[in-house]
Amino acid sequence: MSAPNDSYDPVEVTPLHPDEVARMRDEALAAIAAASSLEELKEVRIAYAGDRSPLALANREIGSLPPSARAEAGQRVGGARREISEALKERGAVLEEERDNRVLVEEAVDVTLGWDRRPRGARHPLTTIAERMTDIFVNMGFEVAEGPEVEAEWYNFDALNFLPDHPARTMQDTFFVEAPSGGESGLVLRTHTSPVQVRALLDRPLPVYVVAPGKTFRTDELDATHTPVFHQLEGMVVDENITMAHLRGAIDAFVHSMFGAGLRTRFRPYYFPFTEPSGEVDLECFVCRGESVGNPDAPCRTCGSEGWIELGGCGMINPRVLVAAGVDTERYSGWAFGIGVERTLMFAHGVRDMRDMVEGDVRFASAFGMEV
Amino acid sequence: MRVPVSWLREYVDLPAELTARDLAAGLISVGLEVETVDEIGADITGPIVLGRVREIEELTGFKKPIRYCRVDVGAANGTGEPQGIVCGARNFSEGDPVVVALPGATLPGGFAISARTTYGRVSEGMICSATELGLWEDHTGIVVLPEGLGEPGADIHDLLGLREDVLDIAVTPDRGYTLSIRGVAREAAATYGVSFHDPADVPVSGTAEGGYPATVADPAICSRYVLRGVTGFDPDAESPLWMKRRLAQTGVRPISLAVDVTNYVLMELGQPLHAWDRDKLRGPIEVRLAHSGEQLETLDHVKRSLDPDDILITDESGPINIAGVMGGATTEIDPTSTNVIIEAAHFSETHIARASRRHQLSSESSRRFERGVDSELQLAAATRAVNLLAEFGGAGVEEGYTHIDLSVAREPITIDERLPARVSGVDYPAGTTVRRLREVGCAVEEAGQTLWVTPPSWRPDITDPNDLAEEVIRLEGYGEIPSIPPRAPAGRGLTSGQRIRRAVGRGLAGAGFIETLSYPFVGEGHFDGLRLGPDDERRRAVRLTNPLNDDEPLLRTTLLPGLLRTLVRNVGRGFNDVALFEIGLVYLPKEGAPEYAPMPPVDRGPTPEERANLEEALPEQPRRVAAVLAGNRELSGWWGKGRQATWADAIEAAREVGRAAGAELRPRPADDSPWHPGRCAALYVVNNSDGGSGAGTLVGHAGELHPRVIGSYGLPARTVAMEVELDVIEAARTTVRAPEISGYPVAAQDVALVVDNSVLAADVEEALRSGAGDLLESVRLFDVYTGEQVGEGRKSLAYNLRFRAGDRTLTAEETTVARDAAVAAAASRTGAVLRG
Ligand SMILES: [Zn+2]
Repeated sequence: MSAPNDSYDPVEVTPLHPDEVARMRDEALAAIAAASSLEELKEVRIAYAGDRSPLALANREIGSLPPSARAEAGQRVGGARREISEALKERGAVLEEERDNRVLVEEAVDVTLGWDRRPRGARHPLTTIAERMTDIFVNMGFEVAEGPEVEAEWYNFDALNFLPDHPARTMQDTFFVEAPSGGESGLVLRTHTSPVQVRALLDRPLPVYVVAPGKTFRTDELDATHTPVFHQLEGMVVDENITMAHLRGAIDAFVHSMFGAGLRTRFRPYYFPFTEPSGEVDLECFVCRGESVGNPDAPCRTCGSEGWIELGGCGMINPRVLVAAGVDTERYSGWAFGIGVERTLMFAHGVRDMRDMVEGDVRFASAFGMEV
Repeated sequence: MRVPVSWLREYVDLPAELTARDLAAGLISVGLEVETVDEIGADITGPIVLGRVREIEELTGFKKPIRYCRVDVGAANGTGEPQGIVCGARNFSEGDPVVVALPGATLPGGFAISARTTYGRVSEGMICSATELGLWEDHTGIVVLPEGLGEPGADIHDLLGLREDVLDIAVTPDRGYTLSIRGVAREAAATYGVSFHDPADVPVSGTAEGGYPATVADPAICSRYVLRGVTGFDPDAESPLWMKRRLAQTGVRPISLAVDVTNYVLMELGQPLHAWDRDKLRGPIEVRLAHSGEQLETLDHVKRSLDPDDILITDESGPINIAGVMGGATTEIDPTSTNVIIEAAHFSETHIARASRRHQLSSESSRRFERGVDSELQLAAATRAVNLLAEFGGAGVEEGYTHIDLSVAREPITIDERLPARVSGVDYPAGTTVRRLREVGCAVEEAGQTLWVTPPSWRPDITDPNDLAEEVIRLEGYGEIPSIPPRAPAGRGLTSGQRIRRAVGRGLAGAGFIETLSYPFVGEGHFDGLRLGPDDERRRAVRLTNPLNDDEPLLRTTLLPGLLRTLVRNVGRGFNDVALFEIGLVYLPKEGAPEYAPMPPVDRGPTPEERANLEEALPEQPRRVAAVLAGNRELSGWWGKGRQATWADAIEAAREVGRAAGAELRPRPADDSPWHPGRCAALYVVNNSDGGSGAGTLVGHAGELHPRVIGSYGLPARTVAMEVELDVIEAARTTVRAPEISGYPVAAQDVALVVDNSVLAADVEEALRSGAGDLLESVRLFDVYTGEQVGEGRKSLAYNLRFRAGDRTLTAEETTVARDAAVAAAASRTGAVLRG
C-alpha cells in the first residue's frame, strides 16, 4: 500500500477515496445478496455494475487524477468492481438453479399415461421360431434351400424311395392335385420338406450342407393336435465319409443352441423310406430334466412326465435316394433330419392348442412380438 | 400289434425278473415302437375263487327268471359252508365249476362285491361272466369253467390269468414280421441275448399228395399256396379259455373255434389263414387275376365288382375269395360245418395293397400281406391250425395236403464287414457284423472282409447293404453312436431373397401389422365375393382331388380371401382396429402344362430334359405379400383424436414392402377387383425390364375395397387392402451406391401449382424433378388445397423444393433459375399454373 497522496484536490476526487470505494462495494454486495429473483438481480446489476453505477462513474474520475495516483486508484476501483462482478455471477447461478428447479417441477407430467396411439404389430411366432431354428444351422455353415409347395409326386415320393404301392406311401395322408381333365396329375401338396433334399442335390455341386424350412400338407382335420397345413425344418448333409456320428453331432449342436447347453439326446431306431438306417431323436426335457419321471407329486406338462420330448426323425440318406438324385454313392454319403416347427413352438413356449397357431387371432402373435 | 407278455415268454427265455416296462424300453431301443403297456386286470383284487354249483333253486314271481344257488367255494369263505348267491344267468347246471367273486372282491372298473339282499334272498357274492372279469365280451351268460382246473376255493387269478401285461406296438411299414408274437419274440431274444424258440417249428405230418386240388395261374401273384383239411370237426366245440383270453388281449373277439384258430395262428405266426367249409367248394381251386366284369358277394354281404388287378381264389362256381382281403359269402364256415379247408398263401404285396385300397377293406390279414409275410411259413402255419382244430374240435387231420411252391431263392447281398462301422461311425469289434446278422436270421457266408448275406424269409424289407448295416447298428444300440460336430464348408448364409423376406416381415410388423398364416384352401364363393369377373385369371386355380372341405377344393390364387376371413374372425372377437399381413405362395396353373407330371426312373438322376418336364408340370408359385386394415390406423386417446385407416395406408403398406426390399413402388390409378374403382392404385416397381420406358413392372394393387366386397365378406366399412408380388420386387433390387453427402447449405423454395383435378400429383412431381435439374435434392408435397380461390375443378398442390450443390453454396439466383425451370416443366407437361 502506498502512502496517501495529497498533491490534488480531495473534494474533486471524493469518489476515489478508499473509504468511499469500500462503501460503494459493500453496498453493492449487500444488494446482490438481497436479490431474491433473477429480475431483482438484473436491477441490482444495472444499479451497481451498469454503466451508470457509482463505481463506473468513479472509474471515469481516475483520468482526472495526477498520473502518480492513477495506478493506485485504478487498482482500488477495479478490485471492487471485480468483487461485485463475481458476486453477481455467483448469485445469478444460485437464482437460476432455484428458478430451474421450480419450473421443471411445474412442468412434470404423469409418465404412466398409456400410449397406444399406433397399434403394435407382430410377426407370427411360427415364422420367427423357424428363422431361429434355421439360423442355428446357417451359423454352422449351412445354406437355406427351398422348393415348391405344389410338388411333383416324383420328388415327393418316388425319388425318396416311396414305392408306388408301399404302405409308407399310402400312410402319408396326401392331398392330390386334380388334372384339368379331372384325372390324376402326378402332383401333390408336398407331405414333407424332404423333396427339397432331392432338389438341393440336383441344384448344387457336392458337398451339400443345406437346411430347408417350409410349409407342408396332410389331410388331417384341424384339432388341438393336428393341422392340415404345418411347417417342417429339413436338414441335410451329403459329403465324403459322413457317418451317423455327424448326424448326431449336428442334432446335438442344434439342441444345445435352441434349448440349452448340456441337454442330452436319445436316438431310437425307426423307419423312413428315404433314410437307412433311420431313427427318431428324443430330447431330454429341458424343463424337468427327467425329474418328473415316476414322481406324481411334481408332474411336468412339457414332457408329460416322460422325461423325453420327441424332436423329430432322422437317418442316413438312403443310397437309393442319392442315386435318384444323381449322386455317386461310392464316394458320397449323407444324413438328413426333419423337425416339426409347430411341435417345437408348442413345447418350447407352452402352446397347448394347435388351433391357436392357425386361426390368426391377433392376441396370439402379439404375445410373441417381433422375435421368439 | 398287441402282445401279451406271457404269450411272448413262451418263445423267448426272458429273465424272470424283467418287468413289462423294462421289456418295452428294451424293444424301443432296437426299434419297436411300444406305445403303451396295458396292465390288464391290475384293478381286480380280493377273493375271486373257483366255485362248484351244488344246488340251483329257481325263484319265480319276478319279471325275469332268477336263480338262487348254493355254491361250494371250499374254505375260501372261512366257513366251508356253501355260499348262497343270486344269479340271473341260465347257462349252467348243478355241478358246474364257475368263477365266484366273494364279498370284498373288486372287479374291473372298481366294481366292489359285497353281500346284499336281492330278490328276497341274501346274495353273498357273484357268479361272474367273462365281461365282468374283463376277459372278453360275452353277454350270453356266466363263465362255465372246464373240469380239472382246480378244487373249489382255488384262487382264480392265476388259474385264469386275470392279470396280464400287454405291449401295444405301433409297427412301422418295414417291420411286418413284428405283426406276430413270433416276430416280437425274435426281436426280444436278440435284444437280451437269450434263446428264441420258433413257434413255427411245427412237425409237418402227412404228405404233399392227395390234398384239395389247386393251381396258381402266375407265380407273380402267389409264390406259395398251401391247403390242409380236417374232417369230422365238431362245430359246437368251444375254444379253450386261454385261446379266447389271448385273442381278446390282442384285440380280437372270440367267435367260434374254427375262426378263433385261424386268428390265433395269425397272431402267433403272422400268417393270415382262410377257412372254408369244404362241402361248399365246387371243384378245383385256381388262384388267378380277376376278369373284368366278375363279381363276388363278400362275407360282409356286399356285392363287389372285381378289378382285373384283384387276385382271386376261384372254384368251378367262379370267384370265392378276394385273395388276402376278404372271403366270399357262399363258402364261409357256418355253425354246421364239419369239414374244413385251411388256406395259407404268400400273395404279392403290391396286389394286396392295391386291392385293399380299392375295395376299402383293411383287415388284420391285408395289413400283413401288404407288408410281406414270411415266404416259407405257409405249410407250418396251416399245419399248426389243423392241429389245433384236431385237438380242440375233435377233428381228424387229412393225410394229404396241397403245397404249391413257385418261390425263387433270394440272391445274397454282398457287403463289406466294416459297412456298419462306416455308416454309424462306431468302431465295432471284429465279428460283430456276422454275429448280429445271424441273430436276425440271415445266412452269412464269409470271404475275408466280404460277406454274402441272405436275409431270412420273414424279412422282405432287407434288400440293400444299408438295410443290413441298420440291423447291426440298431442291435448294437443307437446309444453307442458318438457325436461329432458338423464341419460344413464356409456357408453363403441367406440368399438375398431370404433376407428380404425377413426384412419385409419385420418392416410390416414394425409398421403395426400382425402376421397371420392362413390355409391356402379356397372355393369359387371366395372369388365371387371378390367380384372377380368370369374370365378373371385368378379364377384359374389348382384343384385338389380330395379337399378337406368340399366348398374349398381350390388353392388360392390371391392371399386376400384368407386374410379377409381372419380379419372378420378378429372383428367378431371384439377387435375393431385390425391390421394384418401374410407372406405366402399363391398357385397359378401354367397355360399349356402337361396333363400328367412325368415319373422319371429312380435308378439314376433325371436328365436336364426330364427335370425341365417336371418343372413344366408344376404351377407357378410366386410369393406374395398382402395386408388388410380395418378401423383406426391411429387410436384416439388422451392425446387427441384417432385416425381411420384409409386407401393411403394400404398403399403405404405396399410401399413399406418395397422399402424393406430395397425397391421403390410407384402408384398409378387403376380399376381392378376387389378394389373400389376410384380408390385403387396399381403399384409398379422401377427396374430395367420394362424396356427403358420408365413405366416399371406391375407388382400388385392397393386401396380401399369395393363396398360390395366389404358386404359379401362381412367386413367393417372402408376396409382397405393391398397385395404385391414379392418375387418381382426382389428382382428389382439393385446394389445401392453410397450417396455423396454435401456439407454446403440447403436452399429451399416453396411453390404452389394449380392444376386440373384430373392431373395426378405423381405426374406434377415427376415434371418438377425433371425440370429442376441436378441441383434438386428433394421434392415434397406439403399441402393440397381445393376451393374458391383456385376455381372449380382445380386443385392447388404446394411443394417444398430443396436445392443443394456438392461443391459450393448456391446463390439466390441459381436457386431461382432452378425453381423456375422446375415450374416451367410442370407447366408444359401438366398445365400447372404458379399460384399467385
Ligand atoms: Zn419334463
